[in-house]
Amino acid sequence: MKETAASFIAKSTIKANDLEHRRKINFNISRYNAVVPQGKQQFADVMQAREHAKNIKWRAIETLDQQLEEFELQITKRGAKVIWAEDAQQALDEIGKICAEKNCKTVVKSKSMVTEEVHLNHYLESKGIESIETDLGEYIQQLDEEPPYHIVTPAMHKSKEDVAKLFTEKLGTQPGLTPEQLTLVARQKLREKYIQAEVGVTGANFIIADIGGVAVTENEGNARLSTAFPKTHIVIVGIEKVIPSLTDLSLFWPLLATYGTGQKVTVYNTVLSGPKQPGETDGPEEMYVILLDNGRTNLLKNPQTREALYCIRCGACLNACPVYKNIGGHAYGTTYSGPIGSVITPHLRGLNEYKHLSYASSLCGNCTEVCPVRINLHELLLENRHEAVVEGDSSLSERIAWKAWRQASMNRKMMNAGNGKLKNWVVNKVFKGWTTYRSELNFSQKTFNEMWQEKNK
Amino acid sequence: MSARERILAAVKNSQPEHTPLPDIAFLKEPVLASKEQFATIVQAIGATIFFVKDITEVKEILQEKFQQLPRKITSIAALAGIADVNWIAADPHSLENVDLAILDARLGVCENGAVWLTENEMVQRVTPFIADSLAIVLTADKLVATMHAAYEVIGDSQYGFASFIAGPSKTADIEQSLVLGAHGPRNMFIFLIH
Ligand code: SF4
Repeated sequence: MKETAASFIAKSTIKANDLEHRRKINFNISRYNAVVPQGKQQFADVMQAREHAKNIKWRAIETLDQQLEEFELQITKRGAKVIWAEDAQQALDEIGKICAEKNCKTVVKSKSMVTEEVHLNHYLESKGIESIETDLGEYIQQLDEEPPYHIVTPAMHKSKEDVAKLFTEKLGTQPGLTPEQLTLVARQKLREKYIQAEVGVTGANFIIADIGGVAVTENEGNARLSTAFPKTHIVIVGIEKVIPSLTDLSLFWPLLATYGTGQKVTVYNTVLSGPKQPGETDGPEEMYVILLDNGRTNLLKNPQTREALYCIRCGACLNACPVYKNIGGHAYGTTYSGPIGSVITPHLRGLNEYKHLSYASSLCGNCTEVCPVRINLHELLLENRHEAVVEGDSSLSERIAWKAWRQASMNRKMMNAGNGKLKNWVVNKVFKGWTTYRSELNFSQKTFNEMWQEKNK
Repeated sequence: MSARERILAAVKNSQPEHTPLPDIAFLKEPVLASKEQFATIVQAIGATIFFVKDITEVKEILQEKFQQLPRKITSIAALAGIADVNWIAADPHSLENVDLAILDARLGVCENGAVWLTENEMVQRVTPFIADSLAIVLTADKLVATMHAAYEVIGDSQYGFASFIAGPSKTADIEQSLVLGAHGPRNMFIFLIH
């Protein structure tokens, strides 16, 4: 077994039995579940809104090269610089170059999964640059030296007591602070950083082709401050995030808010289309947009999995997934967890290393049910399993077992051979894997043939 | 070949054939803007609304309720007597201790309580996000019913930086419990002139 798979199984086995972890996750997800229906009320017909959103993304992905070129053309006109990066290393090198040029000591970062994907913090640290997460959830995770647990709510697995304790340990605050007090502490600590930082790094929720804009949505205001104070603003974004027109936001912003956090609209929805213009006193002097591929064209190439590129990273499929809720976001060992992570990671980082994630599913289909852009997530998981087998990535013992199974089940004589007890013993004891996570299998004492003959006597 | 050319080539070679999209009539029946709905939603998202008849009344309320705030700034000339108007070219870092920023908004959306500000109204990009409290002056004729209608108004203009703002800054990152005042303003007031 691959190391990635072995570690996944080990971690998920432990987490699945951690009742306290399960309690916290269920509590937090129940709060999310309670508000989502309120957000949905804003749509006259939610289903139609979702279909419409899927169509827009469909068109965008179908014409991705033109959309990207249009975006580049438009935003360049307003003075931003567009950089293309094929993989994580290229993106990091470009950011490193910019930071070196600006003599940068401190970077403020607002929440961005792409920067997690390329491990930006780690890279900056290795260059002696301090990189500060400014989203409260990310800030908590950074203090705890843990990656985000969830793509929308990074510290979802921590209770308020956990966070208070962490602040006491790392920041020396009084023990037992409330969420209000903790937020205030973070607010004060981070204010200093916005002002100090030479470079602000953000992701983008969408990039808008027709006006050459970058759309960023958030509740806290940290992304605004990260893009307003530092003299240089770097946006790093996956190439699939493009939408054709500014007016499409009238649909995507409410959808993302509703499926992400159950709000009608998030507090700040901003469109940036370039650095400070002549005559303005404020805003970054330079703006860079890094368009990252990093395996996304692999997903695009494959007609079956292409639709995974429609994802707007709302996190709804994670919250809906019975596997995620039991093993938690860290067991996956990937940047993107939950159903969407299981679908895309094998294509972004190698089928062989990550195909085991295709089995981290009960195929209940709840993810497909909730996805605002109607991605057929559970079918894509099946597709990944299929591909792994076709590409010969299944293990030898698995292939032998299936071959034997096929021969036996196609051959009446073999099916009739041995009584139920013997079959029970073979499955439950010889193939020990079967009973690790399941109760014992019970074969009928009589074979089908015997029952058929009795019935037709 | 540069990274740009290689990525674009990879995209081009992997793209699907053009297919006609299923036709979906998406738009709801046109709805009318309602200031009552706007007010209800604005309050539900944590802001305070004042119905006023003109800018003089805004002035009166500001004087009465916000006099004790030491540093007030505004971009509205008519409010020059009560708030500082000489900050337009100031170093943005000097705005860090602003208690109240009073700004115009381009439009307000009834269905979700958001107001739309471009760089023009913000004066400096950082203003509506750094102030401790934010006050918005909006005339009722600038209300639109839906987000969709809003985009019909703003869709074709050009701006470097613009933002929908819906209520005070908030976070629910700790146990999903809502806290007002994360990094941006802790309070938001809307003066609706009608
Ligand atoms: S796959 Fe769908 S539900 Fe999951 S994060 Fe993406 S958009 Fe949301």
